[in-house]
Amino acid sequence: MTTGSTLEAVGRPLDRVDGAAKVTGSGRYAAEFTPPGTAYAALVGARTASGRIIGINTGAAEDADGVLAVLTHRNLPKVAAPPHLLPSLAGHAAPGESFFPMQDEVVHYFGEPVAMVIADSYERAQFAARQVHVDYARDASVTTLDEGRDQAYEPEAIFAGFLPARSVRGDIKAGFAAAAQRLDATYHFAANHHHPIEPSATTAVWDGDRLTLYDATQGIVASQRTVAALLGIPPSKVRVRASFVGGGFGCKAMIWPHVTLAAMAARWVRRPVKLALTREQMATSCGHREEQEQRIELGATDDGRLTALRHHKLSLTSPFDEWAEPSLSIAAQAYACPHYEGVYRLIRGNTMTPTFTRGPGETTGMFALECTMDELAHRIGVDPVQLRLRNHAHADPNTGHPWSSDGAQECYQRGAARFDWQSRNPEPRSERDGNWLIGKGMATAGYPVFFPMQPQRARARLYADGSAVVQAGTQEFGTGAATAMTQVAADGLGVPLHQVRFEYGDTDLPNVAATVGSAGAGMISAAVHTAVTALRDQLIAQAVLDPASPLHGVDPAAVVVSQGRMELRDDSGTGETYRQLMERHFMTDMDALGSWSPPAPDVPYGLATFGAQFAEVAVDQDLGLVRVRRMVGVFAPGRVLNAKTARSQAMGGMLWGIGQALLEGAVTDTRDGRWANAGLGEYLLPVNADAPDVAIEFVEVPDPVVNPLGVKGLGEVGMVGAAAAIANAVFHATGYRARELPIRIEHLL
Amino acid sequence: MRAISYTRATDVPGAVAAVTNDPGSSFLAGGTTEVDLLRLDVLRPNRLVDINRLPLADIEDRADGGLVIGALARMSEVAQAPGVVERYPMLSQSLLLGASAQLRHMASMGGNLMQRVRCSYYRDPESACNKRVPGSGCSALEGVHRGHAILGTSEHCIATHPSDMAVALVALDAVVQVEGVKGTRTIPVDDFFLLPDDTPEREHPLTPGELITAIEVPPLPMARRSLYLKVRDRESYEFALASAAVALALEDGVIRGVRLALGGVATKPWRAHRAEETLLGQPADEDMFARAAAAELAPAVTRPMNAFKAELARRTVVRALRTAVALRGET
Repeated sequence: MTTGSTLEAVGRPLDRVDGAAKVTGSGRYAAEFTPPGTAYAALVGARTASGRIIGINTGAAEDADGVLAVLTHRNLPKVAAPPHLLPSLAGHAAPGESFFPMQDEVVHYFGEPVAMVIADSYERAQFAARQVHVDYARDASVTTLDEGRDQAYEPEAIFAGFLPARSVRGDIKAGFAAAAQRLDATYHFAANHHHPIEPSATTAVWDGDRLTLYDATQGIVASQRTVAALLGIPPSKVRVRASFVGGGFGCKAMIWPHVTLAAMAARWVRRPVKLALTREQMATSCGHREEQEQRIELGATDDGRLTALRHHKLSLTSPFDEWAEPSLSIAAQAYACPHYEGVYRLIRGNTMTPTFTRGPGETTGMFALECTMDELAHRIGVDPVQLRLRNHAHADPNTGHPWSSDGAQECYQRGAARFDWQSRNPEPRSERDGNWLIGKGMATAGYPVFFPMQPQRARARLYADGSAVVQAGTQEFGTGAATAMTQVAADGLGVPLHQVRFEYGDTDLPNVAATVGSAGAGMISAAVHTAVTALRDQLIAQAVLDPASPLHGVDPAAVVVSQGRMELRDDSGTGETYRQLMERHFMTDMDALGSWSPPAPDVPYGLATFGAQFAEVAVDQDLGLVRVRRMVGVFAPGRVLNAKTARSQAMGGMLWGIGQALLEGAVTDTRDGRWANAGLGEYLLPVNADAPDVAIEFVEVPDPVVNPLGVKGLGEVGMVGAAAAIANAVFHATGYRARELPIRIEHLL
Repeated sequence: MRAISYTRATDVPGAVAAVTNDPGSSFLAGGTTEVDLLRLDVLRPNRLVDINRLPLADIEDRADGGLVIGALARMSEVAQAPGVVERYPMLSQSLLLGASAQLRHMASMGGNLMQRVRCSYYRDPESACNKRVPGSGCSALEGVHRGHAILGTSEHCIATHPSDMAVALVALDAVVQVEGVKGTRTIPVDDFFLLPDDTPEREHPLTPGELITAIEVPPLPMARRSLYLKVRDRESYEFALASAAVALALEDGVIRGVRLALGGVATKPWRAHRAEETLLGQPADEDMFARAAAAELAPAVTRPMNAFKAELARRTVVRALRTAVALRGET
């Protein structure tokens, strides 16, 4: 924890520092950089899920007005080395799939780029792209679980090899033998697409052998390393910039082929090239949450204490990678269940490699577990909140290590109070409002604390006039990081907020890993805090050594900083401002680099953020309608850096839970593997009219383990459990147990 | 997007002549569907004739209690017009439940009648679609068709007509005024929408260059307490899975007049003649409502993904009728 500074700015509900630029349109996104001479690239996607290109006629496209080049597997340069999937939190090249298109004539999935047209305007490029005629020899394909069930297998590991496919603790058979109650439920989850408001886009500009990319990315460093590796050029030659990014939800967490294709196109035509994906291409260009099925078998005593948990998942992956979102992770840790077995099974299908999708794994895994827990509570007549409290794990059940911080019990209790849970009649179908049946449900939220794999860095500079610039090579895609880091810097340096400017979105700045896995706030604040406190300590040290300073000879540890002034903690009259010190020494500025090393992977603590979700729904069972009336979420994310952006983040997650529970389902036309609802008119996301009153509270638990400010992260936990709370409320309203997401009208008729 | 030339029309005869004389051209009104379809390469005009400045935006209360709504009146204006709100609440509601606030400010009434289907195969220029490319086949029959029609379908097309407003207009026996180079004519709105049969590419009886100039809504006292019920997955900004426009005239609990039309389930805005016949002269009770709904849906042809829509439509009809009775205070 910090010493020498007081937290005055951190935690306050400061307005977004980038808010005005966003709402006035002055903030520029990747597709809004148009250097002189910019050309436009459009991708042509494959029209089959599996097969070979046997003919490709580019003549009409090449002859179209304004076309500069048409690239296909016949003329596109080969990548320097085949990509290998690696999660971007690792800080290295992070291709989203172990595949790069247009290297040969084989087609693996619908929408895979088979040609790229470059023209002098966006419209001309799009028009010419439609004039590329491709003939395929089509092969049989697998694009749904049902088509591939007979090919299911258990891999060694999933998730780029980081997670074993099978994990066991205790003796699962003994656990079930000891159970008085057994439940067995299978849940089906439709595939999901991310659909941030800003479709992915890259503008590539070469200057000799140096490349600048303006990229819509959650990881500028990941973009830099991936493109450098695929082009076979040093990363030092690639600069990636991203000042504004319009949401990510995971689809910009890994680096997909279009980014490198933009660079290849720009090199080919020797002009800057802008490549913006269309909304429909977003469904086939940057991963998705895979279609999956999860089976939960639960054993419990008659008073609801878990004795055994078996959690199996079957999901569809690509031909290239053994990827499954880690649905079993937090669900294995949420409760003190001694006997556990988790298994991932895969089907290789004709899709691109699935990827991180808001609450990747945790949302689906906790949906399955929490609906089954609700079923257990109902069966044995125990209140659902009490059942969770009874089973809460006071230490990480996988390792026995204590949690670095917990707070779950307070989340349940505060949530229940805020929601007025105790007034709920446990009997299903017991409350009515006109045509609406009213139901109330709850669920546990949880999300692991992930660390990056290498030191995270930031730089701080203080000018003699008292203003400061703090820099980190990260990006702001709506999370509020730029605002929160301004607060962290102001407090660490002891200067007023308005004196601090936080700069980011440029790989020329000190290196920070991609903002994924809810790790952003923790690791960026750690780097920034380390940099600003290093600078502060430098200045204090200089004052202490300076015979002309009122602080000469004092113990540096006794000095605190506030409002640009260094002073004795116990005698605030003794001190001087940074400005006085610096002007006396003819200094214009001073700076420091901060490097924060994350805890070792084997840190002896359980690491997770917990929370509790409550939802009230109204169900018109005649018409099959479900409308969420109110939600309460209470989370224990460690320290909250900005009360307003944190609330927005949690609320966004909870509203995504409405999408997961009731609306979002990507549907495949199995004949050609095409997503049949790739547009926003057809892929249904919650709209404002669906958004109910959402109440959010935070339980701020001190966490001395995870990072200097004790920030566990809040990016995704807000969504985890939200859909389960809604589904449990639907059960309470109607008696209908959802086994399939999204819950649709046809399920309830 | 193709290169397109653009002309702005200044008077109706000029607009009509411009499109009539250039078979590759189209009118452009609000553009809320048309521009999407241009970008998707589904519509391929070589010229757009912008009619937005034509003097066709008035909403006129007629002395007989009816309305004449200019073809270029915007959905949002019509929804709020006092004559519509008081005399035809079903029309106002159908407009407000359509699209989004932004789209309603752009979209015109005439354009709404001309809007194209939302079938994802129609909107994908490389999928087989008889409506887009006659004779190419219907991809929806064996494809993804949860939102598709169950009434008025053919083996050539099962695309649902997407309009909400047109459902109310069909219930109200509205009349479409059109102007062509040979003069003006009127078309009852129920005849304005054609069933797909074996020519799904032909959606309207308009000849090329004929322009919708106005929509007449005849007086209908019972419509003062009418309603439009729309059922969909989310609360806004989605097309109907089933909808019903209803007006009832009751005397001592007996149905003396009824207007009923369905949306979201048919290939055209669907006037529920069978249900109306079933209900006329009968008591306004749940049993009759269920029988009427069953009669209307009896010819439904469903497929695996949209099978639920028959039951949903029946329940929507019953709910709408029950609500209409309650509106009259004669429960």
